Amino acid sequence: MAVDITTSVPQKSSLAGSLLRGNAAQRILAFAALIILFVVFSLASPNFLQFNNIIGILLATAVNGVLALGVTFVITTGGIDLSIGTVMSFSAVMTAVFITFWGLPTPVGILGGILTGAVAGFLNGLVIAKLRIPPFIATLGVMYVAKGLALIISGLRPIYFNDAPDFRPVAMGSVIGAIVPGLEIPNAVLILFGAAAIAGFILNRTVLGRYTFALGSNEEATRLSGVNVDRWKIAIYTLCGLFSGLGGVLMAARLNSAQPALGQGYELDAIAAVVIGGTSLAGGEGTILGTIIGAFVMSVLVNGLRILSVPQEWQTVVTGAIIIVAVYIDIIRRRR
Amino acid sequence: MTDVLVLMEGIEKSFPGVHALSQCQFELRAGEVHALVGENGAGKSTLMKILAGVYSKDAGRIFYRGREVDIPNPRAAQLLGISMIHQELNLMPHLTVAQNIFIGREPRQRIPFVLDDKRINEQTRALLDRLHLKLDPRTKVADLTVAKQQMVEIAKALSFNSEVLIMDEPTAALTEAEIAELFRIIRQLRENGVGIVYISHRLDELKQISDRVTVMRDGRYIDTVETAQTTADQIIKMMVGRTIYEVMPELRDEPYSETVLRVSNLNRGRTLKNVSFELKRGEILGFAGLMGAGRTEVARAIFGADPVDSMDMWVMGRKVQISSPADAVAHGIGYLSEDRKRYGLTLSMDVEDNVVLGSMKRFLNALGIIKRSDTRVTVEEYVKSLAIRTPSIHQQVKNLSGGNQQKVVIAKWLTANTDILIFDEPTRGIDVGAKSEIYKLLNELARNGKSIIMISSELPEILRMSHRIIVMCEGRITGELTAAEATQEKIMRLATQREDTTTSPTEPVYA
Repeated sequence: MAVDITTSVPQKSSLAGSLLRGNAAQRILAFAALIILFVVFSLASPNFLQFNNIIGILLATAVNGVLALGVTFVITTGGIDLSIGTVMSFSAVMTAVFITFWGLPTPVGILGGILTGAVAGFLNGLVIAKLRIPPFIATLGVMYVAKGLALIISGLRPIYFNDAPDFRPVAMGSVIGAIVPGLEIPNAVLILFGAAAIAGFILNRTVLGRYTFALGSNEEATRLSGVNVDRWKIAIYTLCGLFSGLGGVLMAARLNSAQPALGQGYELDAIAAVVIGGTSLAGGEGTILGTIIGAFVMSVLVNGLRILSVPQEWQTVVTGAIIIVAVYIDIIRRRR
Repeated sequence: MTDVLVLMEGIEKSFPGVHALSQCQFELRAGEVHALVGENGAGKSTLMKILAGVYSKDAGRIFYRGREVDIPNPRAAQLLGISMIHQELNLMPHLTVAQNIFIGREPRQRIPFVLDDKRINEQTRALLDRLHLKLDPRTKVADLTVAKQQMVEIAKALSFNSEVLIMDEPTAALTEAEIAELFRIIRQLRENGVGIVYISHRLDELKQISDRVTVMRDGRYIDTVETAQTTADQIIKMMVGRTIYEVMPELRDEPYSETVLRVSNLNRGRTLKNVSFELKRGEILGFAGLMGAGRTEVARAIFGADPVDSMDMWVMGRKVQISSPADAVAHGIGYLSEDRKRYGLTLSMDVEDNVVLGSMKRFLNALGIIKRSDTRVTVEEYVKSLAIRTPSIHQQVKNLSGGNQQKVVIAKWLTANTDILIFDEPTRGIDVGAKSEIYKLLNELARNGKSIIMISSELPEILRMSHRIIVMCEGRITGELTAAEATQEKIMRLATQREDTTTSPTEPVYA
């Protein structure tokens, strides 16, 4: 019975098995779903593949996508952030305060708006890491706080950016269109992809990303390895808040106004995108590409159903069903 | 080689409600393997967690290389050169081997916060080569066997250039071959002057690997002895403060005539092949075999927990169809998993609720409300008759020791009127003293007419308890032995009887 355990035994695996394991699989499934949606909708309606409609889809994905990028980090740690929707509208309101009320230059106002989100995220992290309040509760609290503050500061009314004509183009202008006439892809879309590239780099190549996975995989082991878990948790929630702040700026620029009552519900859309993209709510697994695909699945679905004149109520029903199917596939995959 | 690396003295530690350590001492020299033994709750892990900076001591002093030191957190311990491999492995399954080893001190590139994974893979490879471990640094830890994960933990500990390595029950989940590999590495480290603390329940291992043994009992230091000059019995005596070994199974005087369970033609893919056997009233039927022989799978099949390809089953002579655990329970069959905490108990509920959980229906009044007075009486009876040591029936089960948790599970099945009890590794994670109590309890249950299937990987346990022994290998029953004829050698021979040798049983390939 001389068994040398030091020689690696090759892992038994079929092609199908390896495709279904790991989050590459979920990405492929989500990507396949996206393609199927594209094919079905373009066959069903000639309007779907129109350039303007595709731009509309991209634009509609921008805000939800940016929010989803941030919350991907939090979900990968095994946490959750319910505050991103209202923090987004709070950040939008603060951007308006900086630019419209205080008359600060637009870039400064934008930076202020993004930092507002970061501060809210920092607060989430602080409550979770130091007061040891579960993320669900902590961010639920901050969700209400941000919602209330947005309403108080705005006086319950939308704030318009009429005095800052350079603000709306931040999302709705087209740098590409200026260079390549006819290819009027809005800046918001560029910002989404830029933010995704940065998020991907942070998640995969930096210490912060490494600890994001480590925390989600085994928090106690990470702590016992000498990592300052509290500090990195706060950093991760702050990063998530920062993305919410960016989402707020994009939202405000797109509507040319800060709508204080708009944000609630966005957090669930973002979480849904992350989940469809294969990030595990149990933590330890997550990809930026998956999240982006997930966000597109949601907006393509809504857009396509609208083009087919499916009433909005039914769009919501279908979205819900898709989320359940996506998570169920994830569970089946995990059982193997 | 008698440099004293670590000296701990007068260590005190209390947790809410428990005085865990009182006036404990410990000495570790360079280049020795120092075994730390004691029953569960004796304080071994607690003492070592203080040394590793996981817990802080209430009083006492720690000297490292003659200098008094303060170890407030795991990082401080690591910087001194003290690493601990915890009982529950502390790895991040989603990260790679290299990422796990360098967690918390990743080499960075010149740009702040940006990782240099190429470098950690190279450094990890060098480290693994030093240990003669053939592992790819880029493998995800989740894809490794438990034994290899353990090796990763050791590599991680050594990457701190540790001079002190504490291993808490390192062999609990390993096979014989894997243990041999672990011991090879431990000996290699010892030669390099590392001081190793080896916490274990398995006394036979101590003889093989340790130089000295320190015994603890009830949070106190008992003695430190040279392994070579001490017998296992002496160590056990120090651990429990009493002698406990009785050797032969308690056979019944009257014949085992009544068949309570008959299983035949049990097949399940490649894991179970044509398994057939009978269980008699009042019998303890031992199931022996190596890991993966299919014993647990038989139990789960009988209990309806896994689907099977075919199975004919009779309970009390009546043919039954079992397709779910609920069916099995209805026919009086209970299964006590080796993983009590996951499958046997709801840890945060109290003793009372755990015991009646499976038979709630019996305790409901006409309105469907639980009759608390009835449950209390029943549970208190069992606490007394099974000698469950708990302050009250309202104690949360997670606060009980392993042995007492096992008794709670037994009480649960007895409350459910179970006649056939399947014990899967009944004493896993239970300390020596409590083991004999569980044995006594099993004997008593058999005497009172319960029928017991006992799956165990510990041959002494099989030999000591079983009235009859069935041995399995690769999903087949390869033999049956009576208590009188069974020996360790005979069981091992049957347990390694691979399929192609069954035609000539006189010439076993593995002798």
